[in-house]
Amino acid sequence: MEPSLASYLALSGILFTIGAVGVIFKRNAIGMFMCIELMLNAVNLTFVAFSRYYADVTGQLFVFMVMSVAAAEAAVGLGIIISFFRNRVSVDVDDASILKN
Amino acid sequence: MATTALFFVFAGLAIACAISMVYHKNPLYSAISLIGVFVSLSVLYVTLAAPFIAAVQILIYAGAIMVLVVFVIMLLNMEEDKPLNRLRYLYAIGGGLGLILLVQTFFVFYAVMRAPKQAVNTEETIGKTMSIGTAMYTEYLLPVEIVGILLLMAIIGGVILVRKLSQPQMESMVERELERRHEGEDKDDYRIAL
Repeated sequence: MEPSLASYLALSGILFTIGAVGVIFKRNAIGMFMCIELMLNAVNLTFVAFSRYYADVTGQLFVFMVMSVAAAEAAVGLGIIISFFRNRVSVDVDDASILKN
Repeated sequence: MATTALFFVFAGLAIACAISMVYHKNPLYSAISLIGVFVSLSVLYVTLAAPFIAAVQILIYAGAIMVLVVFVIMLLNMEEDKPLNRLRYLYAIGGGLGLILLVQTFFVFYAVMRAPKQAVNTEETIGKTMSIGTAMYTEYLLPVEIVGILLLMAIIGGVILVRKLSQPQMESMVERELERRHEGEDKDDYRIAL
């Protein structure tokens, strides 16, 4: 006997919720970045679960695409964080206020 | 039966690690908790008969992305996250958003539970590397090439973002910028660490 599709979807929804709330609560840029990774992983779990229950390989293929996008995001996002740190000596998103005035 | 037990153990572990990631103030602890989430999700992919995706999850997420993140955390030597000193209404927004998403999750859970049972297709060949590779290089060739171009753009963007200008060049750039904001009232603000 296998766990049902609904339980995988519930787990994915809970992980997505934790990630979304974390993005709002975290103040440092790397913490927000990790919460975004968590949300991407929750979506990946949904893809694989549907791929299993409809016996279709497309879902697993698009998990692969999502992972590539996450890798690209990591490269560019961490580059932005490093150059921000170089100018401001902080990774707190509240310090990113040059455009405010 | 064993699959169900594995599902509940690792689902609980994934949720616990995710909560600990959001809870911890130290970014390094958050990163290690996130690696825990990735590993438990990888086990869940194995229970879904997707061994290729499980291996790639460990290789790319735990092996590449998280190493990069931990490297940056160590490089920047960050202090702990400060408590939210302003924008207190963010707590209300975050709590409300979380509540809405949770309600939605349980709605989906009940809707799928009550849906008429479909015959679960337990064909085990779907997640094998060969079937994924065949689909990837025949039917879905265009998305694969688009992803290739995206990765190339990310490489170029990363190099340009992190490139350090040579010192004289950087200084003349800063001078020009300060002149442009006439007489530099907040001179000290922009010159830190350049």
